[in-house]
Amino acid sequence: MIDKIASLGRSGADAVISIGRAGRFLGGVLSGVPRPVTGFPLLMKQLYSVGVLSLAIIVVSGLFIGMVLGLQGYTILSDFGSEAAIGQMIALTLVRELGPVVTALLFAGRAGSALTAEIGLMKATEQLSSMEMMGVDPLRRVIAPRLWAGFIAMPVLAIIFSMVGIWGGMLVGVEWLGVFEGSYWGNMQASVDFWDDVVNGVIKSVVFGFVCAWIAVYQGYDCVPTSAGISSATTKTVVYSSLAVLGLDFVLTAVMFGNF
Amino acid sequence: MTQRTTDITVGLFMLAGLAALLFLALQVSGLSPKSAKSTYTIYADFNDTGGITPRGRVSMAGVTVGSVDSITLNKETFQARVAMSIHGDVDNIPSDSAAVIRTSGLLGEQYIDISIGGEMDSLKPGDTFYSTQSAMNIERLISNFASGK
Repeated sequence: MIDKIASLGRSGADAVISIGRAGRFLGGVLSGVPRPVTGFPLLMKQLYSVGVLSLAIIVVSGLFIGMVLGLQGYTILSDFGSEAAIGQMIALTLVRELGPVVTALLFAGRAGSALTAEIGLMKATEQLSSMEMMGVDPLRRVIAPRLWAGFIAMPVLAIIFSMVGIWGGMLVGVEWLGVFEGSYWGNMQASVDFWDDVVNGVIKSVVFGFVCAWIAVYQGYDCVPTSAGISSATTKTVVYSSLAVLGLDFVLTAVMFGNF
Repeated sequence: MTQRTTDITVGLFMLAGLAALLFLALQVSGLSPKSAKSTYTIYADFNDTGGITPRGRVSMAGVTVGSVDSITLNKETFQARVAMSIHGDVDNIPSDSAAVIRTSGLLGEQYIDISIGGEMDSLKPGDTFYSTQSAMNIERLISNFASGK
């Protein structure tokens, strides 16, 4: 009985300690902003592997989610004879919610896990400590470019996701189901506001990008340097990122769109 | 892969993001570069604004000529005071025009329609509509009909 209570307390204390370590880690990384000249190629390399290589999965999922929204929206809206509002529905859903959230979930699975595994393996094979021996700061050389790359790539990916989704919705709604193209775009333009909807969606994806990249690099940097440790760190990255994204999305939506 | 190829691909990636943002701005949200047109504000007092909301449409003969700025309660008369901004080039609204709240379609959104009067003078910035007609309330209509009034 006492043991159980003690272990409960220990796990609580461990959680607080690890949050504190994550915060200190973040401070260390952010103070090591990549140097403009030498850090730039490193950042480019990470942007390529985090952003460009995620493009395929983002475009394909965006297309299909847009098409499904078009199909489902048409089925429901045509019951009320207002299938012309389909453009408005698709655009608002994608720009406000699905674009940032689904992109962040896919990003955590596609890029976040890769970041964690890569950094974890570097730690397990003692590459990080040998860098320290050579006088190279691994936070600046390895972690910072990856964090910044995730931070920059996520909004770009989310914007592309929304655009492809809206185009996919048009493919189904206008080309296939025969909604008038003018009312598809017209209703959309009448109801989507650039600052309220598009910019707020971009702000969401900036927050998600920051959180996902932070969790991914921290889990890699902090993992137990064994094969089991790397595998559990990768799992934790995906689980924690997804939960953080969904929870933060609720908070951000309540702040941005909750003033009725 | 050489550094140069990486740079070019990442550059293309960022450009694609910018192009997508431009698409969202222009095609999806209808943000037009010349949207910062000059407007002027006029007011109307309604007994019941129904479903009018800020950013709602103000139209004249079916053409959008402005939008609703704000809706406040006038505590003296217990009426709703609606401020609307009208496009600056529509500067000849006759001063005896009426502001009418209409519904587009049976279930559509509500908007303010300006029904034209015959006076030679026109409304100036800051003026208030002389007559208004409040939102039609279907429940009230039905209850009036049912009670035979």
